This record gives sequence, structure tokens and C-alpha cells, in this order.
Amino acid sequence: MNNKQLFSSGHTACSGCGQAIAARLVIETAGPNTIIANNTGCLEVFTTKYPESAWGVPFVHSLFENCAAVASGIEGALKYLGKKDNINIIAQGGDGGTADIGLQALSGMLERGHDILYVCYDNEAYMNTGIQRSGLTPFSANTTTSPAGAKSLGNPQYKKPMPEIALAHGIPYVATCSVGYLQDLQRKVKKALSIKGPKYIQIYVPCPLGWRHEPNSTLEVGKLVVETGLYPLIEYENGKLISVRKIKALPVEDYLKGQGRFKHLMANSEEIKKIQEIANNNIAKYGLKAEEAVSA
Amino acid sequence: MKEFLEGSIAVARVVKLCKPGVISAYPITPQTHIVEELAQIVANGELNSQFINVESEHSAASVVLGGSAAGVRVYTATSSQGLFYMSEVIFNIAGMRLPVVLTCANRAVSAPINIWNDHQDSISLRDAGWIQFYVENHQELADYHLMAYRLAEDKSVMLPAMVCMDGYTLTHAIDVLDMPTQEQVDKFLPSYKTSYKLDVDNPITMGPLADPDYYMEARYAIQETHKEVIKLIPKVTAEFSRVFGRSYNGLIEEYQVTDADKVIVAMGSVCGTIKEVINELRKKGKKVGLLKIVSYRPFPVSEIYESLKNVPKVGIIDRSLSLGSFAPLVSEIKAVFFGKNKKPAVISSFIVGLGGRDITKDSIRDVFGLMTSKEKACEFIDLKPELLKEEYE
Ligand SMILES: Cc1ncc(C[n+]2csc(CCOP(=O)(O)OP(=O)(O)O)c2C)c(N)n1
Ligand SMILES: [Mg+2]
Repeated sequence: MNNKQLFSSGHTACSGCGQAIAARLVIETAGPNTIIANNTGCLEVFTTKYPESAWGVPFVHSLFENCAAVASGIEGALKYLGKKDNINIIAQGGDGGTADIGLQALSGMLERGHDILYVCYDNEAYMNTGIQRSGLTPFSANTTTSPAGAKSLGNPQYKKPMPEIALAHGIPYVATCSVGYLQDLQRKVKKALSIKGPKYIQIYVPCPLGWRHEPNSTLEVGKLVVETGLYPLIEYENGKLISVRKIKALPVEDYLKGQGRFKHLMANSEEIKKIQEIANNNIAKYGLKAEEAVSA
Repeated sequence: MKEFLEGSIAVARVVKLCKPGVISAYPITPQTHIVEELAQIVANGELNSQFINVESEHSAASVVLGGSAAGVRVYTATSSQGLFYMSEVIFNIAGMRLPVVLTCANRAVSAPINIWNDHQDSISLRDAGWIQFYVENHQELADYHLMAYRLAEDKSVMLPAMVCMDGYTLTHAIDVLDMPTQEQVDKFLPSYKTSYKLDVDNPITMGPLADPDYYMEARYAIQETHKEVIKLIPKVTAEFSRVFGRSYNGLIEEYQVTDADKVIVAMGSVCGTIKEVINELRKKGKKVGLLKIVSYRPFPVSEIYESLKNVPKVGIIDRSLSLGSFAPLVSEIKAVFFGKNKKPAVISSFIVGLGGRDITKDSIRDVFGLMTSKEKACEFIDLKPELLKEEYE
């Protein structure tokens, strides 16, 4: 399995898969001198079905929750061999593998200070196993384990603040991205890789199958989530907020209405109000509105 | 050179001579002294290695997995709950054919929580694909770590190896051993080289998804490799003997078996006590012997068969259980003789020394005494009947 392309197109992702777009851009930005350790999840499954592999860089998949630790071992080995300086190491996984089951390994990696970029592809549920809720599933989303029903309005919890958790480790770089803004994503990956130490990037990647939206609206959904204030694109260097993407502050309905996972909320203005509040809080916290100044 | 050392210190110093480039560490009794000593060795600048303090055993195993995948010799150690917490990664390391070496300082498993010695931890992971050695004394624990690396990294093997040493009895006891020198180790153990690794100049994908069209062959290959390991072990012990002057069979060790009418089968440090009892009983004219299993994985089926086929009464000592069924070692040894013409008339099963219950010479004498023509099934030695009567309200 020796490939020239860094991420070839022969993979088996669903059409409109946001994760496939983001993962390709990440590795193409990082370049060939990169080693990837990947958690179990959609990305690993649709890119490495033996005997094929979409990866043109050294790639290792071990388990669902340990890519941060595997990457730590790789980094140790490269340091021992005196080869770390010109090789990037990327550990990557889905939201479940990152924010839930892999949080401990990730925390260990961040705390130990390894020179590794961790990328979380956030499709807001356990997609590979069939759309179950994770700690990064947004409030009220309908998933197979947080279904809407007579006594349920979908996921009762709020999204776990992973970027803040990463930031609390005192690491030099934390950023959020969305496939709606590919240049921003590219820039942040490049920036992260120019910094020594542990870095955390979380990328919003729509999942048409799991969210029940049109496969051709992936990039559009990726923009709307940002423009409503539900997914602030922020960037921290050495603990300081250094950039925030200014937004139009569209009403959250504009974002929710195109997705089947929020369909049960459409007649429920109370519930939508709560979601609007999440957006409003983000807008206030990060100064997201175009005319406002950054208030970190 | 002869040295008096605590078992854990001896392991750490031998591992140092093997020069692992990545070591991961997480505390658990009775393993901890090993990684503490290695930490000091690295801190003193006596070993160039990346010593990585992880946040859990799951990551301890994952770190050495990653280090090994990147083409470097690695080491870690654990016990009991720590090994169980690693277990998912333990299977994964074998499936990925990475020659990780790990010391298991054998300890009972919870509940009830107990930090003392039996074999339940490593025995429970016998199906993972790792080579497993059970050592008897300080000399063996040093020597089998060297052989573990040599075997695991052999091109024809590429499987992980676990050296199982009894917690406290070996990890914390101070005893004399002939410490290998760096020169000897360098002669015996070549520096680790593999082309199957994460290398930006030759990118490969490791750990892919294998669907039903491919999975079985990967598992079959490991099973076949274990057969090769059985053949390779005598060659490696012969090389070992040439360099170090100490001879091992590597698979089994027979002690007074040839003319014996009663033979105990056991693993680990209890074999020392058994040998003492045998010496005493032999003086009284009793024909008793011991078959020590050193390599539990791969399981040396034909060696065991040859050793025991003419022995009338065999007693198997298990220091672990498969709750609800036969004890692990006894079921496997019975399987060796199934359908064979020559076999022991009686194979009895004894459970000894769980959770650190003292195994005295009397315990062993009891076992020999119970090895009558009536087969004992899962006979617990040294149970306290008064505790069994206790009632809880
Ligand atoms: C220890 C363990 N628990 C559960 C699973 C089953 N599992 C595999 S992938 C997956 C979902 C992955 O979700 P996420 O990390 O969000 O990635 P996605 O597939 O959504 O990209 C689960 C639950 C597993 N492989 N290992
Ligand atoms: Mg997901």
C-alpha cells in the first residue's frame, strides 16, 4: 500500500462527507513529511479497507480511543532516532473518539507537551456506529440514542466545550474550523504545524447521512453554523485569543431548518429560543458580530 | 558478575542493557519498582531513551505500540488491573505484529482487591497472541527478558512477548544472579531493525480494516507463527548459552521426571519450593518430580507429551482459575493427552496460592499426598474452612 497522492480519492466515504473534505485538506496542507495516527471511526474505515488505502503518508490505526497515546509513542521514537525536527505528527479522530472515550489519552498527550497536532473531526455524533449521541452532539439534536419523542426533545445536554478543555492544558495553539471555510482551515493547520508542542484543532464536518441534509449542502451547512454563532471560529495562541471570524449573526432557524436532526424543533419556538441563546452567548463571549470588538 | 539484587531492579538493569528507545510507565504494585529504577537510570544519563510517564495503562500500552510502529525497540511493565486496562491494546499489539516486550509482575485481580501474587492477570490474556514466559527465579527473570527481545524481534516472529514474574516473590525479593554484561547483550541481541514501520520515505498503512475476505488469514498467520516460535526457542536458548554460558530448554524444564511416578506441573516461582520438597521426598525414596512450563504461549504440546506420557500420576498446579470451568493449565494439559495411547493414568487439578496465600512446603507435600489414583478436580489447597462457614447478613 504505497501511494503517491497524500489522500487519494478512491475512498468509500458517503457523498457530501464533510470529514473526507477536511481530512484531505489537513494532510495536503501538512505535506508528505507527516505521520498520522488515527482513531477508529468513519475516517479510518472509509480510507483503509484492506488491501486499499487512501493514505500516501505513513498512517497507523490502532484503536478507537488511543491515537493521542500512539502518536505520543511515535513522537518518542522519532525523538530517539533524532528525526523529529522535520516530521509532523498528526493524531486525529472523530468527536466521540476525542471528547468522550479518548479524552483521557488526549489530555495526557496535551499535558505531556508532545510535539503533535491533534485534529478532531466533529460531525457531532458517533457516525460510524449509526448516529449515536456523543459529548459533542449539540443540544436538542435527534440521534439514535437521543431520539425525539413524546417525552423527549432530542439530546438534553449541551455540547462539551472541547476547545476550552484543550486550552485549559496551557497548550500553545487551539483553534476551531469548519469545512465551510476551507482557506481558514488551511491557514490554521499550517499555523499549528509551525508551532512546537501540542496543538488542538477541532473541525466542524457535516454528515449528510447522520444530520439528514442534502449531500450537496455540506459547505453551505458548514457556513451557516458559523454565521449563526453556533460554531464560533476562534484561534488561541499561547492562551490568547488571536482571531475570531466575524459573522452576520443569522437567526439559528436558518441553520436548523435544513437538517432532519432538528426537524422536531421546527414547531417549537421555546426550544429554538434556547438554541438561539447558545448562539447569543457565543456572539457575546467572542465578539462575533462584525461591528463588535473582540472581548476575550 | 554475581550481584545481589531485588528482582525488579534486576529487570530494570537488564532492560537497560537492551537499550529500548521508548519506555512508558504507569505505577501499579508490585510492578512499580521496575519503572522507577528505569526512570532513575534514564535520569542519570545511563540510558538514552524516551521515558514517557502516561496517564493510564491504556496509554502505556498505546505509547509502546506507537514507538514500536515507528521502528524502535520499546518496553513497559504492569500488573493485574493495569494489564486488564491494557487488554484491548495488548490484543492490538499482537495483531499488528509489533515486537513489544512487557513485564507482567503477576498479581491477583479484583474483587476483592488484592495486591499479592497469583497468575490470574497474565493467564487471562493468554489468547492475545503474545509469547508468554513464566520465570522461576532471579537468574531466569534476567535471562528471559533478553530472550524475549531476541525472539519477539526475530524476522520470522514479529510478535510481542510478555515475561511473567511473580509479584513480591520475585519482584521484591533480593537474591543473587549473574548479571549479563553490555558486551554479552550486544553480542546476543542485535540492534532492532525493521522495514515494516512508519517511515515518511516509504509510507505504509498500518492497522487497516480487514473485512471477512481478509481477517481470518491475519489470525491464522499468528497461529502459524507460534508454531515457528516453538521451533525457534531451542535455537535461541542455544545461542544464549554460547554467549552467557547458561543453558535453558526455554519451553519446559524437567526436574526428576524420568523415573517419577508422581509429577507436579507448575509455572513460576512456586517451582523453587516444589524442587525443595522433591529433594526431601526423594531422600525418603519417593519417586516424585516436577515439570515446569516456561513457555505458556506458545504452549509446548509435544514437549509436554514426551515428558509426561509415561508418568502414572500427574498433578497440575494452577495459580489462576477459569471460573465455572476447569483451571486453565489443567484443561490444556488434558487436551495434550486426549486420544493418545500413552498418557498418565490420573491427571489431578490443584488450585494453590491465590491472592498471595502462602505456598509452603506443606502445601506442596499436601499436593503430592493428594495425588492418589483418585482424580482430584479443582482441589483448592490451604483453604480455611472456618472462613467458608462465615455467614453474612
Ligand atoms: C472501545 C470501543 N468502543 C466502541 C467502539 C465502537 N465504535 C467504533 S467507531 C465508533 C464511533 C466513532 O465516532 P466518532 O469518534 O465520532 O467518529 P465518526 O465515526 O463519527 O467520524 C464507535 C462507537 C470501538 N471500536 N471501541
Ligand atoms: Mg463523530
